[in-house]
Amino acid sequence: MTSTAVFGKPQRATLLTPVVTNNPIGVQVLGICSALAVTTRVDKAVVMGIGVTIVTAFANLAVSMVRNYTPSSIRIIVQLAIIASLVIMVDQFLKAYLFELSLELSVFVGLIITNCIVMGRAEGFAMQNPPWISFLDGIGNGLGYAIVLLLVALARELIGAGKILGVVVLPVTTDGGWYVPNGLMLLAPSGLFLIALLVWLLRTWKPELQEED
Amino acid sequence: MEHYLNLAIRSIFLENMALAFFLGMCSFLACSKKVETALGLGVAVVFVQVLTVPLNNVILHGLLTEGALAWISPRLAHVDLTFLAFMLFISTIAAATQVVEMAVDRFAPKLYATLGVFLPLIAVNCVILAGSLFMQERDYTFTESVVYGVGSGLGWALAIAAMAAVREKLRYSNVPDGLRGLGITFMTAGLMSIAFMMFSGIQL
Repeated sequence: MTSTAVFGKPQRATLLTPVVTNNPIGVQVLGICSALAVTTRVDKAVVMGIGVTIVTAFANLAVSMVRNYTPSSIRIIVQLAIIASLVIMVDQFLKAYLFELSLELSVFVGLIITNCIVMGRAEGFAMQNPPWISFLDGIGNGLGYAIVLLLVALARELIGAGKILGVVVLPVTTDGGWYVPNGLMLLAPSGLFLIALLVWLLRTWKPELQEED
Repeated sequence: MEHYLNLAIRSIFLENMALAFFLGMCSFLACSKKVETALGLGVAVVFVQVLTVPLNNVILHGLLTEGALAWISPRLAHVDLTFLAFMLFISTIAAATQVVEMAVDRFAPKLYATLGVFLPLIAVNCVILAGSLFMQERDYTFTESVVYGVGSGLGWALAIAAMAAVREKLRYSNVPDGLRGLGITFMTAGLMSIAFMMFSGIQL
């Protein structure tokens, strides 16, 4: 990280690697919990993805800024306090401007606090790196998470309800169309199956990620 | 009494934290390779959950909700601090985890060594925070929150123990390369979750 450029090669790499090659969900296996619960509809997934990206980026920025003044014995509680304040802001924003969506997301906005991606990046990256690159790393990991969320949500809403963002794509039989919706996709287990498929595809494409056990 | 029994059954089986809401997945996947470790973590989660949900209930109703501060001065009667709930909940949880960690270290050092890094990580385990958040959202009373804490913790422990048992057998099967490890574990969890859905037909 010796480059002095604001947006040089190492910065671009930090931003882009987590999106595919080191994807937080597919490769690092972090932040699965919320990925499964909020992906029944695309709009929920988009809001959640944006929320996590913002929180990860700014938590990384703040943690990195105070990293030289934080004794290592209390670093976890410092990180938690920073993350919790950011999540409170996101939650209040959603309640003020997107009230109905915030009701549907219910506890999952609050659960961003315990999302392993946020904690993991703060602890694993921001504690050792300067603010700007940490900020980019946060955005990159948030985006990697958001993309998986979006893919799963697209599949679930399309196959499960024949819609994307509430717009009818495949007219379902109950409304006189031809598509018989697959109800399994709206139920919780399908999220697991879809992420398993994604992991399978990713690991077939990049065999070095495969596990022995 | 019947109401509490109903709540307990619902939180253990119908609304199972791991298999219906997929909470605590990180440690659910990482610590379910051996039944022994899984059981240990399950017990720790039950313990922390039983401590924190009622404690957070007291904090919520005694400090944060509108009118809770009226005992200090009538001018504070309309102060609503619920937005601070996240912050206080996570602090309670971190403190309770510390207590459990010290207790396990003192009384079961072998288990402490097996659980390793996952014991402190209970503090950032979604199950624990979700328990408190669901308690807030569903407006449980104190007794209800005790029952809910026990139930949701037990449900999660049950799920991770079952998962570990399946994975111990799974080691002998021939899994496609790309699915090994993480992929097949997801599939198994999905199938178990479908099995748990049969409980949703139960009416008490």
